[in-house]
Amino acid sequence: MRTILFLMRKEFLQVFRDKATVFQIFFIPVAQLLILTNAATFDIKRTALAVVDEDRSTVSAGLVQRLEGGGRFRIARYQPTTAGIESALLDREVTAVLRIPHGFEEGLVRERHAPVQLQFNAEEGAAAGIVQAAALAVLGDYARELGVTLPRGAAGAMAVGAPLELRTQGWFNPSRNYKHYMVPAILVSLTTIIGLLLTAQNIAREKELGTLDQLNVTPITKGQFITAKLLPFWILSLVIFTMGLMIGKVVFGIPTRGSVPLVFFSAGIYLVVALGIGLWISTFTRTQQQTMFVALFIMLIYLLMSGLFTPVESMPRWAQWMAEVNPVKHFVFIMRAVLVKGAGWETVAKPLAILAAGGVGVLALAVRQYSKQVQ
Amino acid sequence: MTREAGGSAGDPRAVAAHAVEVRDFTKRFGQVTAVDGVSVDIAQGELFGFIGPDGAGKTTLFRTMVTLLVPDAGSVKVLGRDVVDDLWELRARVGYMPGRFSLYPDLSAMENLQFFASVFGTSVEAGMSIIEPIWRQLAPFAGRRAGALSGGMKQKLALCCALVHAPDILFLDEPTTGVDAVSRREFWDLLDRLRAGGLTIVVSTPYMDEAIRCDRVALMQKGKLLLVDTPQAIGDAYPRPLFAVRATDRLGTLGVLRRFPHAAAVWPFGEVVHYTDARAGMADASIIAELETFAGASGVDDLEVQAIDAGIEDAFMWHMMAQEGV
Repeated sequence: MRTILFLMRKEFLQVFRDKATVFQIFFIPVAQLLILTNAATFDIKRTALAVVDEDRSTVSAGLVQRLEGGGRFRIARYQPTTAGIESALLDREVTAVLRIPHGFEEGLVRERHAPVQLQFNAEEGAAAGIVQAAALAVLGDYARELGVTLPRGAAGAMAVGAPLELRTQGWFNPSRNYKHYMVPAILVSLTTIIGLLLTAQNIAREKELGTLDQLNVTPITKGQFITAKLLPFWILSLVIFTMGLMIGKVVFGIPTRGSVPLVFFSAGIYLVVALGIGLWISTFTRTQQQTMFVALFIMLIYLLMSGLFTPVESMPRWAQWMAEVNPVKHFVFIMRAVLVKGAGWETVAKPLAILAAGGVGVLALAVRQYSKQVQ
Repeated sequence: MTREAGGSAGDPRAVAAHAVEVRDFTKRFGQVTAVDGVSVDIAQGELFGFIGPDGAGKTTLFRTMVTLLVPDAGSVKVLGRDVVDDLWELRARVGYMPGRFSLYPDLSAMENLQFFASVFGTSVEAGMSIIEPIWRQLAPFAGRRAGALSGGMKQKLALCCALVHAPDILFLDEPTTGVDAVSRREFWDLLDRLRAGGLTIVVSTPYMDEAIRCDRVALMQKGKLLLVDTPQAIGDAYPRPLFAVRATDRLGTLGVLRRFPHAAAVWPFGEVVHYTDARAGMADASIIAELETFAGASGVDDLEVQAIDAGIEDAFMWHMMAQEGV
């Protein structure tokens, strides 16, 4: 026990002596959380829109006014014909084109039915979807408004509901705050990267320095060594996690609807997995460079396949299956569920159990592979 | 978890006849045989040196003796304990200084020392009686980061760290490589003092001048042990007449001597050329006369030839050539 304390004391001494490490641990995650949360949002603000108004009527003018007034669109072009529209879309001068055909108002009044066309640049799929949803929301609102105020023609006397034909899809809740959704995920990524890299790099550094050899010719046991390596970085990672959570709460106002102790309990278990992976990587790499490469490779797969950026449900079946053994996915799920939805133990018991099993598994693997002797 | 050296089973020092017993030890790394069937005994209290060029297998042998490597064949016993079966007991009792500086450069000299004392379950205070003569020189730099120490100071700090737990045997793998001549001499003075205290010291070095300071040396080459003896005996056992040859044109002399029909070996040695004649039992004076005549005929007329006693370096060169010649 005393040996472990001495080893840990040395780790902390080294971490806090190295300014680069202190910077890496305490400043970079905070800065990234602040930057990424603001940048990696799916919120669409002021999308450049081109309106081709062939109708030039009161109703079409009203529609344009509402699009612009909603705050989510900026009318970059307003023109009576489609001339030059395609190149504007191509040059990304505008993201979407709304075409109001000739006879729009007349059709609405006579038949209570009129088509409009929305074209958009779908290169960025997710963004396009959101633009579409936002446009549909404005159109829907306007349609309901028209249903009340528009003079009713003979044919439409009995018609109920919206006069504009709208095909709506279930989509994101437009009032949803993406930051609440993103902060837990970004926090998980950052804690993972820092914790995993710190652990893996630390042991690789001891290998490079030759100090690992020196340590190996001491009565320190494998168990002592691994405990003394994991515990400091586990504590540091939890500190980072706490800092990030506080920033999320104070700066971004993320909700903490569920139990905070449950969040920390899950984080504690998750970090055993993340740090265990780092430890395991360091058992077969020789230099810090190799370690960095392998760690980044593994982390990239874990992060990208965690449902952080693309929903797991839209991945092919094999990838969904892989996601089941992805610790990041489970922890992101727990974080979102507990923090945002206020889920309790029952909801997170299964992913928590998977994480715990993963932690035991990866540690066992690392301990088995870490050898104090070369065979 | 920490273990007192010795344990309860009597005095283990009395059990081991030799401090180190290596029997037919072989270690391979893939296709390369780093050490090939080496057998050697090192006595208690001996200052024993392994001499050989880079790649001779010295480090592999050392890493095996300090329980870091497992032999592929043969056995290695240190303090009467097998390096594979009794490694935990051994690790508490051996001191090891790897060839490369292997302390924490970002910790201070004192912090390094404290750390290594603590992992052996002891303290700097408890170990001070052993390391005092070395630490005295280091003390002014106790607070300096180990990475910022000079080469000689690093070496002394590493020695302190390897000694602080009062080991029964000390393994030093090329401790003076890359250290200036003055620091090297100081370092060997320290080793002399430690040996005087009864500590068994096993050291490796590529420097022949250091070999002379060992009680016995083993010459290693390409994973094999060429010979083991005292430095004096190794020189004395040189099998042929040896001469130091001096001339203005050293390079030309080298070529001329090599063309001499009875030349067994010719190599440059500092300012002079060492010439070994192939004929054992011939009078030195007649060989000198023959050489001067031959050189004169080849255009080198200021040849000064002197019969000398072979040193360890000559012996080593001779055996190396013999091994390569086979």
